[in-house]
Amino acid sequence: MSSPAASMSKKAAVSSSGTASKTGFRLDSKLLVKIHDNMVKARVLEERLIRVYKQNQGYFWLGGPGEEAFQVPLGLQIHKGMGLDHDIMHFHYRQGPTLVPMGLDPADAMRQMKNTATDPFSGGRNFASHYSIKEWNVVPVTSTIETQYLTAIGAGIAHARHGGKGITIVTGGDAGTAEGDFASCLVWASRPMLPLPMLIIVTNNGYGISTAAGPQHGEKEIADRARAFQIPAKRINGNDVEESYFAIQEAMEYVRKERKPYFIEAMVSRLYGHSSASGANWQNELDPIVVFEEKLEKAGVMKRADMDALRERYTQEMLDLSRKVQEEPMPDPSTIYDHTYVGQKGRYW
Amino acid sequence: MASIVQAIRMALHYGETHLDLKEVFGEDVGPPLGGAFTATQGVECAWNSPLDERGIMGAAIGMGLAGHRCVAEIQFSDYIYNTIDLMKVAGLQCWQSNGAWNLPMTIMTPTGSGIRGSIYHSHSFEATATHIPGWKIVYPSNSLDAYGLLLACMKEPNPTLYLKPKALMRARAEEQIPGEPPLTPEGQKLLSQMIDKPVQGDTSKWKPKWPKLTDYTVPIGEGKITRPGEHVTVVTYGRHVPIANQVADQLLQEGISTEVIDMRTLWPYDWNMISGSIRKTGRVIFLNEELEVTNFGEHLLRRTVDEMFYELEARPRLLAGEFVPGIGLADPLEMASVPQANHIEKAIREIVQERA
Repeated sequence: MSSPAASMSKKAAVSSSGTASKTGFRLDSKLLVKIHDNMVKARVLEERLIRVYKQNQGYFWLGGPGEEAFQVPLGLQIHKGMGLDHDIMHFHYRQGPTLVPMGLDPADAMRQMKNTATDPFSGGRNFASHYSIKEWNVVPVTSTIETQYLTAIGAGIAHARHGGKGITIVTGGDAGTAEGDFASCLVWASRPMLPLPMLIIVTNNGYGISTAAGPQHGEKEIADRARAFQIPAKRINGNDVEESYFAIQEAMEYVRKERKPYFIEAMVSRLYGHSSASGANWQNELDPIVVFEEKLEKAGVMKRADMDALRERYTQEMLDLSRKVQEEPMPDPSTIYDHTYVGQKGRYW
Repeated sequence: MASIVQAIRMALHYGETHLDLKEVFGEDVGPPLGGAFTATQGVECAWNSPLDERGIMGAAIGMGLAGHRCVAEIQFSDYIYNTIDLMKVAGLQCWQSNGAWNLPMTIMTPTGSGIRGSIYHSHSFEATATHIPGWKIVYPSNSLDAYGLLLACMKEPNPTLYLKPKALMRARAEEQIPGEPPLTPEGQKLLSQMIDKPVQGDTSKWKPKWPKLTDYTVPIGEGKITRPGEHVTVVTYGRHVPIANQVADQLLQEGISTEVIDMRTLWPYDWNMISGSIRKTGRVIFLNEELEVTNFGEHLLRRTVDEMFYELEARPRLLAGEFVPGIGLADPLEMASVPQANHIEKAIREIVQERA
């Protein structure tokens, strides 16, 4: 199951001149439209999930609105599939905008939001945005904010032994880097005896729930911590589509070829706060979709009316899907023991 | 006549040559040491990790999810405590994904007292471990089971915890591991020459000469009656199995017949064997060295009361470690903290004298 996006060559992604075209963008117009489409779709999906929560049809929401300019280009460049020939993702819980361009069915996200039995990620057992897609090597997302930086080490070792082009991608937030698990990831990924082909990502939204990052971080950049381990590292503007796209492309090319780690710190917005626990209300931060749309319109790549129509279409689609999912059944209480072990059905002790 | 450490080595070698075992790792697990107890000595795929228990546990989880089978070691179970949330993560994977993912991985760790290990090398872990669903937990008491249970772990599609009885690491088996030299002094010497790295001299190029090992698997979930008896059942595991056997043999001479059950697997445990024995004797002592408060044996005791109260001939007992912050180093302190043979003997004498 290979992604068309994954096979997209650098040449195809960049405008024919290879540098800034007459649109002012380095990426070609077709790809820009595709990125925009996915950003809007991902945003509207998240906003529908928030609505579901606020209508008391789900217990808890958290996700990634505000990270689309970074997460969509990431999703488009992942080598999707199952097994070590493909990328393995140890994601955190703001990754919806990455999975949308990978082919996520929005209805499935709503199923998890409404904890229905049909939720393909957890069967109604887990929070929204806790994705788990074995066919795409997306390992189950956990609510623990940093353990994925540890579990990713194992995938990195498996990838290092296996060889080929598959890499391990791990994501997390800035606040969680205070946990020792983040440091462990840097230590293990950069060991001279076995460097790991890992793309280590921190999306820095400047907050840990309600705690501002500034008073908590003595380091100038989180990326500096990776640099201390001789890991190539960049801090980028994750609210800029092209900067994100090319930084991810450069990083992935390095990791795939050199079989060594690379680090990206992407500065992003957090448009609806930490989660529904903090109200899931709109925050007055820079909206990367607004920025991108202004550029697209100014460059003549898209028209305002078309962009508005696109958002309206997705809004209606998400509403329809939400209503459809509402009719689906809740999990049967007799299943609580199921899958404690492989093949386990019912109580076993 | 392999010791438990030799049995573990041989099992790992069998794993890397027959069971798709890809990695054995942990602190000091690779050359030159081959493990704090030398249980990984000579294993081809063994390597040293950073001194980072959370990294070890996390790496094992990630490998398992990638289908890359490993056996990772936490050097002492005292140091596994800072990985408990990761153990929860591991135990969750299949359940959380509603069956989509499975996690083949094994963590092994020496546990319990008996080597005068003081406060941070004597702790037990099974009370906490059995409180984390999704794992299968085994605890051998002899070399043959050490071999057979480790093979079972390496065949499991689920996370497995392999607890090594620290006090018995050098204990010799009474039963032969398939493929090992004969159970004679000569056979023991030959095995040592084959797979024990010389203690002195240049060993940088040393390689073991492995016996021709074959498959022997102890099914997870099956206990073993090590002493059949009529008057009282002692349910135990690990280090206390040989002690309970010894006490049972001694008391039999006085006509007190003790049935000793070696659980071998702590979770999921062999309730059929345990309950069947209790029904037969009407008297039971759950014996282990964990702290007595919120002890795994308390769960077994509760289940005994819940399901078999009216079949009991005497009050069921738990004989476990004292609820103290640590095992004191001085000999009298350790002996007073963990059940010894005389404690077991006393408990058996009391329970068989009690009248319903």
